[in-house]
Amino acid sequence: MVFKRLDGRKLDEMRPITAKVGIIPNADGSAMFTFGKTVAIAAVYGPRMLHPQHMQSPQQAILRVNYDLLSFSVSDRKRPGPSRRSQEISKVTEWSLSPALDLKEFPNTVIDVQIYILQADASTRVAGINAASMALAQAGIPMRNLVCSVAIGKMDKELVVDVDKDEEDFEEGEGATDIPLAKLANTDHYTLLQLDGKIQPSLIPKALLLADKACVQIYEIQKKALKEVVTE
Amino acid sequence: MSSMGLSSLTYNTLLRMFAEGKRFDGRKLIEQRDFTVEYNVSNKAEGSARVRMGNTEVVVGVKLDVAAPYPDSLDKGNLMVSGDLLPLASPRFESGPPRFPAIELPRLIDRMVRESHIIDLKKLVIVEGEKVWTVMIDIYPINDDGALIDAASIGTIAALLETYIPKLNEGGRVNHDAKPTEKLPLEKDLIPLTFTFYKLGDSLIIDPTREEEEACDGKIVWGLSTSKGKDHVIHSCQKGLESSMTREDIEQMMQHLPKVYDDTLKKLKKFLK
Repeated sequence: MVFKRLDGRKLDEMRPITAKVGIIPNADGSAMFTFGKTVAIAAVYGPRMLHPQHMQSPQQAILRVNYDLLSFSVSDRKRPGPSRRSQEISKVTEWSLSPALDLKEFPNTVIDVQIYILQADASTRVAGINAASMALAQAGIPMRNLVCSVAIGKMDKELVVDVDKDEEDFEEGEGATDIPLAKLANTDHYTLLQLDGKIQPSLIPKALLLADKACVQIYEIQKKALKEVVTE
Repeated sequence: MSSMGLSSLTYNTLLRMFAEGKRFDGRKLIEQRDFTVEYNVSNKAEGSARVRMGNTEVVVGVKLDVAAPYPDSLDKGNLMVSGDLLPLASPRFESGPPRFPAIELPRLIDRMVRESHIIDLKKLVIVEGEKVWTVMIDIYPINDDGALIDAASIGTIAALLETYIPKLNEGGRVNHDAKPTEKLPLEKDLIPLTFTFYKLGDSLIIDPTREEEEACDGKIVWGLSTSKGKDHVIHSCQKGLESSMTREDIEQMMQHLPKVYDDTLKKLKKFLK
């Protein structure tokens, strides 16, 4: 039996995406990115002087990412403040973005990336990475390219693109596997790869291919949003 | 952009301009920026709203959950207001334990809501003495360009007015999947709002931009509403910052308060459903 997606999407079809750059006037760069009902916003502050001084690096800028859910973005209110989950996501997001950045240009400084989820319907970390990548570009940080990110899922035996909450909770057959991925656009360099669930090794290359295809679309949407703010 | 502190040039210019009754953006000293209200920031919240006032943007969400009542109010639901000055919203905000402004904001909104009795907490009892609704209001600035408390008060009221009580499942827990039909019980002709008066030199202003707010050295936050839509009633008040306020200052505020309240309520009503 072929797995049918609950919302009727094709297996390789993402939810409707919106992207907007320049949403937080105080920030040096900012953006919003949505996958369907998942809404992420990001702000970039810096490069700016890093205090305390002993945290500075004379070789390069420090990238500092903070990801979190707003308390009312999920069904059961999330206690405000960092959780172990959000600290982990902050760190992997940092690692997914830093390969794209030329941090050596700005020794002794810090680049702060703040990511918050306003409304959560799964795939929040990848939406956050897409928003942060656009925000970094708007802030004028030298980048090798944008970072594009999407969550691949496996529902029972079927691979799908852009997992939503209903799919994340899917329990039939082999259940649900969630694979958040990020890559440097137009390259084969993956900068985020996580996995929860149960999947055959042979399916991993297929998951990457699916992510590649989705990231091509995401990249175009990100570029369009960045151009819109320049022409305004 | 990531600048901190105010130059003495700007400070002195503001001091002089306020004395002449002028502001950089052309407003009068006692004049609020126009604002917009949008709803449904998060469909996971029982009610939520976004306020944009000039460049200041605040989102407010309301969550409801079942809890035990407080021992001193067994016949009432619980109210909790919290919030955070996210480093997302300004280069001035930093991560880590909350500093005073991050504590002050939700506390002032808490008192405005609680003391006005806009929420009928007695109607939020599920099983008396055992189970009641807890109303949790969370406030997050998205972009700080001054007057966060007053913007938050508008957002809080808008979010509360659009808050629904979730359905319970058979085990008595919240069922997030069932569509709620019942609205939060509110005293609707009693809408509290806060207005903060700032002082620089001998001048009083309301709704400062970030730059103006940084120049000022005294403020008083007033929470008020009208009883039965007529007489203005002050529910809460708190003086902040180093500078003192004179009797004349406070008398001036009392003269201005009814009018600024009425103006803001009129603007707000355009956005109420």
